Parts: sequence; structure tokens; C-alpha cells
Amino acid sequence: MRRPFRAFVALTAALALAACAPASKSEDTGASGTSAGSDACSPAKLKTLKADTLTIATDQPAYEPWVVGDKPESGKGFESAVAYAVADQLGYKKDQVTWTRVPFNAAIQPGARPFDFDINQFSITDERKKAVDFSSPYYTVSQAVITTAGSKADGAKSVADLKGLKIGAQVATTSLQVLTDVIHPTAGPVVFNSNDDAKLALQNGQVDAVVVDLPTAFFITAAELDNGVIVGQLKDSGTGGDQFGLLLEKDSPLTDCVSKAVDALRDDGTLADLQQQWLSDVADAPVLS
Amino acid sequence: MTSPVLDVRGVVKAFGDNVVLRGVDLAVREHQVVALIGGSGSGKSTLLRCASLLETVDDGQVLLDGEDITDPRVDADQVRRRMGVVFQAYNLFPHLSVLDNVTLAPTAVHGRSKAAAREEAHALLARIGLAEKAADFPDRLSGGQQQRVAIVRALAVHPRVLLLDEITSALDPELVGEVLAVVREVASQGMTIVMATHEMGFARQVADTVAFLDGGVLLESGPPEQVLGDPVEARTRQFLARVIDAGRL
Amino acid sequence: MALLSTLLFAATAYLVVTSAPGWPRVRATFFSLDVGWKSLPPILAGLWVNLQVLVIGGFLVLVLGLLVAITRTLRGPAFAPLRIVATVYVDLFRGMPLIIVLYLVGFGVPALGLQGVPTSSFVLGTAAIVLVYSAYVAEVFRAGIESVHPSQRAAARSLGLTHRQSMRIVVLPQALRTVTPALLNDFVALQKDVGLISVLGVTDAVRAAQILVGQSFNFTPYVVAGLLFVLLAVPSARLADHVTARARRRQQSGSLL
Repeated sequence: MRRPFRAFVALTAALALAACAPASKSEDTGASGTSAGSDACSPAKLKTLKADTLTIATDQPAYEPWVVGDKPESGKGFESAVAYAVADQLGYKKDQVTWTRVPFNAAIQPGARPFDFDINQFSITDERKKAVDFSSPYYTVSQAVITTAGSKADGAKSVADLKGLKIGAQVATTSLQVLTDVIHPTAGPVVFNSNDDAKLALQNGQVDAVVVDLPTAFFITAAELDNGVIVGQLKDSGTGGDQFGLLLEKDSPLTDCVSKAVDALRDDGTLADLQQQWLSDVADAPVLS
Repeated sequence: MTSPVLDVRGVVKAFGDNVVLRGVDLAVREHQVVALIGGSGSGKSTLLRCASLLETVDDGQVLLDGEDITDPRVDADQVRRRMGVVFQAYNLFPHLSVLDNVTLAPTAVHGRSKAAAREEAHALLARIGLAEKAADFPDRLSGGQQQRVAIVRALAVHPRVLLLDEITSALDPELVGEVLAVVREVASQGMTIVMATHEMGFARQVADTVAFLDGGVLLESGPPEQVLGDPVEARTRQFLARVIDAGRL
Repeated sequence: MALLSTLLFAATAYLVVTSAPGWPRVRATFFSLDVGWKSLPPILAGLWVNLQVLVIGGFLVLVLGLLVAITRTLRGPAFAPLRIVATVYVDLFRGMPLIIVLYLVGFGVPALGLQGVPTSSFVLGTAAIVLVYSAYVAEVFRAGIESVHPSQRAAARSLGLTHRQSMRIVVLPQALRTVTPALLNDFVALQKDVGLISVLGVTDAVRAAQILVGQSFNFTPYVVAGLLFVLLAVPSARLADHVTARARRRQQSGSLL
């Protein structure tokens, strides 16, 4: 009778020890980063993952026109450029920036993250703010509907024209939200793991159209689809949110400084310049009524 | 001389390099009871399996009522319907009741009506004293009871000949007697029987002919008093001596 | 003593988890009752898709698996080409990951543009799952068939039953009873894998949960979907246990004991 009891006590003690062991990062983060002066946002003062280094995350693979050639380190592509601009604003030189790749679920999980901020077309919504921090918006986006020439969706002029069709979008995106809320197809949305799958289905005729954000729409129809056509853009994004923000851990000490950096870039015209450089075709697509 | 019911002529059978039967001749007349004896590996089971078309022969012929059943053009399933075989073990189908075991072949193979088959099955089971077990499943029966049901199942199709392959060898000694009693009764009813067996005492009492299989040929065959009592061949003597030593005579 | 130690253990585990520093966040993120409750209708709607694929696919898997298994056990040189086809099929589809087969069938077949071939993702997804699972189930059936003592087949043939009759009446019933636990294992795995058809665009329970997670950044819908899947699996497990136990009681014999 004694031995099993001893083993039991030992097991319980081991469990209790394990519970105490790794203190979570949130215990360490002390003051919540209200900045006293402008140099509170410098590399020396910012509580980044690694001292003097800014760790930025994005998706794998990362698509154009957000990142060119899936190489965020190149600085080419709208989001890659914005990321380096924000880093520069905070005082980090190019070689003080490291990139990491994080899948969607890892970006939004509770607890410590392997990055300081994540840039990946995250739309800012109030619901999401309960779980994560967002910086000020760095881009305002609208959603567009694309198809192939001659399909059932080709030539549609209004949302009503699209209601009876099979339309796809990528899961966990604003595009899906807009598809569901604004277009509201009668057969329900066709949900894919990635835009690649959605494109394939469109090419095969398995769906009549796909919803993506406007810059992506221009890129896909120009460079990736055979006979790709933009049907039109949607002005109203419903509850999906139409502003992209940098994503940070909830109550991160960096949020304030990062937001200030984005604001500064907007005020001095850098964001507009980058938009012009990487997303220049974007303005003109017919608006669906 | 009427033609034999079962006529084995010069049958040769090999498994790979191992030649088990080297030209066996055996003619079984109607109503005759033949006891097949021999050491293990002598080919008794193989001979019975060849005769019942569960194995193909490499050379030679087997004739049933004068028809060459080893001819490849013959429908083996049809031939097997006219013979009854009981094995050493794993006879009964465990997922069917005793009654269903016995009525299976008459209904599925011979096209008899369920009612007629059931009636006959009950009669057969009563004959061996197992009428009350009809609804039971084989796992409720002792080994001896199972073998008795197996015999009756083979009889239900009214075979021309009954082949028994060491049906008591796997039984506990006290169960052997009840099974042999059934064989005796079946023989006395006039069934043609070929039985491979170690039960020399039984062979002496019930068999008309004892055939000794050795080295793949039928070395000696004749009435029991001769083969078991005063054999001609030396090898037969040696075999019997070993059997006596083992306490089986 | 057993009860006491179990209670103490449970209490300790509970205390350990809830006093961990990250617990409040985890509880809000994974176990939010509010989010969970609201996520139930769309996840249940998706679960209905899972059930349809499960029932239709499950039935087809049994049929195809049995056919392939029987083909592999056919004897005689005349059947050699059939046996080879069956063996290649089994090797191919047990080797390929299900997700790849889904992509190949789900996107590849419509791309071919053949007339009369269905392009519905539901149909193609179910077909892909059936192809893969039948290969596994075929091997389970074959093992079951081969586990039936050869004397049983000999006894059946000696009674004059044809090969087909022996299979149907004697061998298969016994084989099926032996392999029921293994089949159930595959069935439970199938219940979960049917969700993979969502890669083709069909919204099942997991996808529905995923959509909700994407909107709210809260993981509770995953927990809800997971629990529903468990609820789905438990009754079938208990049912098969019951059936197997009853059949085994009958099947003790075969040898002479």
C-alpha cells in the first residue's frame, strides 16, 4: 500500500513543479510602454524579442504585390517596404531587422509570439482587438471580384448579378467576410485554404468567381490567370474591416511606438509613395453596385 | 464383379520436391469399409484429399462410379456433392447453429426445401443422440459431439462414399468411443467408407479391408485379421510393433 | 484508496492548470462559453456535411474494400491480371497521403475537362477518400479472410459449395467478425479525415470552426468542433464493442477442446 502512495505523491509533486517553472513573458514586461519622450521608441529602449533587433513576421509563402519573390528581406513588395520603413522610423538599420515566417494560427494564438510584429494583410476589426493589438492602419483596402473571360460572372454589374453564382475566397480573410456579408451568395461561399487553391478552382470552372483584395486582384488577373478579368470592386467591406494594421501581441509594450511610427510615415507621405510604387495600378476598377 | 464406387488408379502427388504419393491403387466397392493405416507423412490425408478433389493429382486417375473425376473438364463442385468428408478438426462452421450446419449443404447445394432439410437434420441428430443440441452453436459442444455432428452433416447429402480423415486423432481419449460408435452404426447401415485412422482395435472390428500406406504406395491390403494379425510385409510388422508399443492396439 | 488518489490527482491537475500564469488568457481564448455557444450553429451545419460524406463514403469503402480483398485472394492463373491490379491499387493508395489524393482528384479531374465526369467538390472529395480508405480496409478484410482456418474452406468445398458460396456463407461471415475491431479503428479515423474535403472548398465542421476563428481570433470554435467529433466517435465505438463481444462468445470453437 505504501509504495503506490509514494509514487503518487512524487507524480503530484512533479506536476506542481512543472507548473511553476517557465514564467510567461507577460510577467516580465513591466511598464506598459507609455512613452515619456521620443527616445522611448528607440532600439535601446524598446523591449523587443532580441535586444537591438526587430523581428518581423509574415506568411509563408508571401504573395505579390505584398512581397516580391517570397523574399521579404529584399525590401521589395508593398508590405516588405512598409516593414522596413517602420523599422527605419524606429531607428533600426536594415541589418538589424530579421524576418520570421509564421502561419496564421501562430500569429493569433494567445501567449508569447516569436515576433515583435506581424505584417500580413491583417484587417483591423473590433472583435479581433479583443485578442491582439493592432498598430494604426497602414493601408486602406477594398475587395474585388475576379473571374475568367466568358464565365458566368463575366460582365456582372452589380452584387445582385453575383448572388446565384459559386464564388470562392480564402479562409480567415476580409475577402471571405465581404463575400459572406455583402455578396451573400445563395449557395454559400466556397472556402479555400489559400488563394492558390481558389485560383485553381476558378481556372477549372469549379467556381465562377473569387473575391480577393484589390491589389491582389490586379496582380492575379494580370500575371497568373489565363484570361483573368476583374469584374469590379466592392466599396463596402461590411464587418470585415477595410484597413490593414500591423499585428502585435495583446498589450504588447511595442504597440504605441509602432503605431507612432506608422503615423509618422503617413504624415510625411512615405506610405503614399510606397503605395504609388508597389500598388500603382490599384485605383481604377469599376465599382459593383 | 460390380464396378467399384471409388477407384484410385496409379495416383501420384508431389508437393514441390516432396513426392508423397508414388502411384497408389485402391478400389472401394459399394458398402465396403476400408481402414487406411500408416505412419505420419505416409500420405493418408493426401490420398483422401486427392480422392475428394480437394487436391489435384499429378498423375493417375480417380473414378467415382466409373466416371473419371480427375479429368480437368469435370466440374469439381458437382463431384464433391456426391462425397462426404470429415476432417480431424475445424469441421463445423462456428457462426452457424448445429442445425444450420447440417441443413446448409442440402439447401444451398442440393436445392432441397428448408422444411425437408430441417426434418431430416432433426432425424439425423436424434440418431446420434444430439437432438436437443440442434439450436446450439458449436462452441457449446464437446469435441466428440462436434465430430459426431460433422459426420451427420456429411451424411445429410446422401453421399456415395464417406471419407474420414483421422477424425478421432485430435480428441481426448474418453470422447473417442462415442464418435467411433457413430461410424460403426453408419457402416452397419451400408455406407461405403474409407477412413484413415490410428484406431487399430476399431479397424479390426468394423473394417472389411485394412490398407497399409507406406512410402507413398499401398504396401499391403487385405482383411483385418491378416493385415493386423499376421502381415506379409516386414514394414507392416515394424509399423504395427511401434503402434503396439504406443499402446494403441 | 483508489477514489481518494484519483480525486487528489484531479484536484492537483486542476490547480496546476488554473494557476499557471497564462491561464486567464488561455481560458478566454480556448474556452470562452460565449464564443463557443455562438459558434455552435455554423459548426453543426458543417458537421452535417461530415456526416453525409461519412455515411456515403463509409458504405462505399466497405464495398470497394471487400471487392479488392476478395480479388486478391482469388486463386488460379486465370485471375492473375486482376490480382495484380488489386495489389497495385492497394500499394498506391496506402502509400499516397490522403491530402495529395484529394488535390489530385479534386482539382486534377475537373481540369481534364472530360464530358460527363462530375466536378462537384463534394463528389470528388468523397471519391478521393473512398479510394484511399478502401485500400486500407481491403488489407484488413484480406487479413480477416486469411485468418479463417483453411480447414473451414476445405470443409465447405467438400460439402460441394462453390467458391463463391464458401466465401459468402462460411469464410466472410467469420472473417468479418474477426476484423470488426480493426474496421472500427478505420471508421473512427475516417470520421475525422472526412473533414479534409474542405480543402476543395466544401465547408465542413472544421472549416466552419476555422472561419469563425479567423474572424474573432478566438480558438474556442476549434474546441467545440473537437468535442463534437468525439461525441460522434464514442457511440460507434461502444456499439462495435458490444457487437464484437457478442459474436466472440459464439465463435470460441473451431478447434476441438
